[in-house]
Amino acid sequence: MRVALFVTCVNDAVYPATGIATVRLLERLGVEVDFPEAQTCCGQPQYNTGYRRETVPLARRTARVFDGYDHVVTPSGSCAAMVRDHYPAMGDSAAAAFAPRMYELTEFLVDVLGVTDVGAYFPHSVTYHPSCHGLRLLGLGDRPRKLLNAVKGIELRELPGAQECCGFGGTFAVKNADVSTAMGRDKARNAVSTGAEVLCGGDNSCLMHIGGVLSRESQPVRPLHIAEILASTEEEPWS
Amino acid sequence: MSGTFVGMPSFPTAARGALADETLRGNLRYATHTIRDKRAKAVAELDDWALLREAGKQIKDHTLRNLDRYLLQLEEAVTAAGGVVHWAADADEANRIVADLVKATGESEVVKVKSMATQEIGLNEALAAEGISAYETDLAELIVQLGDDRPSHILVPAIHRNRGEIRTIFASEMGKWGRAAPDGLSDAPGELAEAARLHLREKFLRAKVGISGANFMVAETGTLAVFESEGNGRMCLTLPETLISVVGIEKVVPTWRDLEVFLQTLPRSSTAERMNPYTTMWTGTTDGDGPSAFHLVLLDNGRTATLADETGRQALRCIRCSACLNVCPVYERAGGHAYGSVYPGPIGAILSPQLRGTGSEIDASLPYASSLCGACYEVCPVAIDIPEVLVHLRDRVAHQGGRGHFLERAAIKAAGWVFEHPGVLAAGERAATATRKLHPSRVPGAGAWTNSRDLPPMPPESFRDWWRRNRSQGAAPAGGRKDDGS
Repeated sequence: MRVALFVTCVNDAVYPATGIATVRLLERLGVEVDFPEAQTCCGQPQYNTGYRRETVPLARRTARVFDGYDHVVTPSGSCAAMVRDHYPAMGDSAAAAFAPRMYELTEFLVDVLGVTDVGAYFPHSVTYHPSCHGLRLLGLGDRPRKLLNAVKGIELRELPGAQECCGFGGTFAVKNADVSTAMGRDKARNAVSTGAEVLCGGDNSCLMHIGGVLSRESQPVRPLHIAEILASTEEEPWS
Repeated sequence: MSGTFVGMPSFPTAARGALADETLRGNLRYATHTIRDKRAKAVAELDDWALLREAGKQIKDHTLRNLDRYLLQLEEAVTAAGGVVHWAADADEANRIVADLVKATGESEVVKVKSMATQEIGLNEALAAEGISAYETDLAELIVQLGDDRPSHILVPAIHRNRGEIRTIFASEMGKWGRAAPDGLSDAPGELAEAARLHLREKFLRAKVGISGANFMVAETGTLAVFESEGNGRMCLTLPETLISVVGIEKVVPTWRDLEVFLQTLPRSSTAERMNPYTTMWTGTTDGDGPSAFHLVLLDNGRTATLADETGRQALRCIRCSACLNVCPVYERAGGHAYGSVYPGPIGAILSPQLRGTGSEIDASLPYASSLCGACYEVCPVAIDIPEVLVHLRDRVAHQGGRGHFLERAAIKAAGWVFEHPGVLAAGERAATATRKLHPSRVPGAGAWTNSRDLPPMPPESFRDWWRRNRSQGAAPAGGRKDDGS
């Protein structure tokens, strides 16, 4: 099977390790991965800040970049939700037609490839934060958990208040910085309370926010994208 | 008594005070989590919840699409049953109608059933200006009124108060307005409720005029319905000689059969009860039973304008259950007062800017008072897609002008250009990674982020540069890899 990777602008610029892990993971599972280099941003930040009409050209562009691929895989729940939920209502036929071909990574693994054990090895304690867009917009359900449960050596710990928003919310994080930070601190405190080494999630923008709080408060919990855990093997372990 | 929300600062500014108040945050956290968990259990009992939710949505949408017809049918039915219907285009007109009706009775006191519509129009303040005292009789509204406070929750308006604070308010204020609280009043819930009961009983027995809202109005028979828990509503709706009900025009439903849906979804969504303790329904007047005069004031006050907006109109489905407030992480931390309206929380953030417009500082800031986490939409018993309406209203605010949004629009336009040119984006990424060792964790001008959060360290190279070195055509020999393990 041949798929296109939509790495997302945040992962491209700030979290390339997540993109690299996604490529290695998919290739290990026998999937041929393309990276159309003309891709940029899905338009989510602009759209959610109130710039809907300004987002339409980006949506049309993204649809064009991925033309010809039946499956486009992205390691981001919120970018996948942006394409799947909002592209169809933008009044652009190309964007609407493209929307259903976008898959969030864990969804692609479980639903399309039909795997839950991806042969990963990760001998660390991990707590999982299901980001809002994956949880409530995409309805990822227990897919990420099924994948994590099958990882060899992992010790999963329950995150208290897991379903509550971390407070990132795109430009909300700066437009309402005080409320956003209060939410982030509560999420960070809950993560620390589990005693886990790693806080795992499917959206690096949320992890950037929670991680920023953890780092400022000198907490030892390390935020990590689920792709990096699933890519880790005994031969090539995450470090 | 009781303050107003006029001249409120923007949401982020107003929220700052609440965030610093540890007692308030503790009260809100405890209360919202308790109701949230109870609601989840009450809803989980019904196998057909999803169908009830869909039915509620469809009934409301159908009614709103045919609102003109159902309102006229309602007016005809109420009139035939002995009531008098008044139409009020805005708050001033509604207040004037009610004040004139009260004055015509010769009374200077009224008792009130808990009502969002009368709070929305500032009826108590308008009546006070005419020399008429309006007494709130719902326990929480009484606490708010005696404390010269503002409501901070739709269903539990004194949610920001704890038992100790309520005891203090009762002990010092009740005597100024009627029967004083008993000496030695403690903060035991039973004692506080008894003090309120004794204080209010005098008012129920004396009042000649009652004022209410309504949860629903049934067009086919002209029947109004009030759902409540304490019985104070039943007192106000049955004891006085004159009853005046001020109701938003969106509260009409076509038939009794439609009520069946909301009789199930409203109590479970609001108080997490299978059925609310008191449901009072009345149709016009009945000789020798209840008020002999009934007036219905139908309130527009921005609702018709809201109805004209294809995306925003779904806010008019709201049945004021408060489920969205109780699950909202922003409400939990910012508190209800920060929303600058009698409608706080997620529903307030989409209702206030539509009913009042987005001209004021607070109303223009409300659509941004959300992380778009979607918890509100998930629990809404009439499926109002609150995040969708928030984004829609942000679009309206962003394009209505203003200096802040002028700069933001320019930035969005610039970002759009960069994203149209991947080469420029790649060059920018390379510049950022090349200088990464120089990036401080606190950046001047980026204080909104870096005051409380570190920025992530920049990687040695972007993903697209890694791809180019390792995977793009000619980069890697077949089967070979040049991964550097970054």
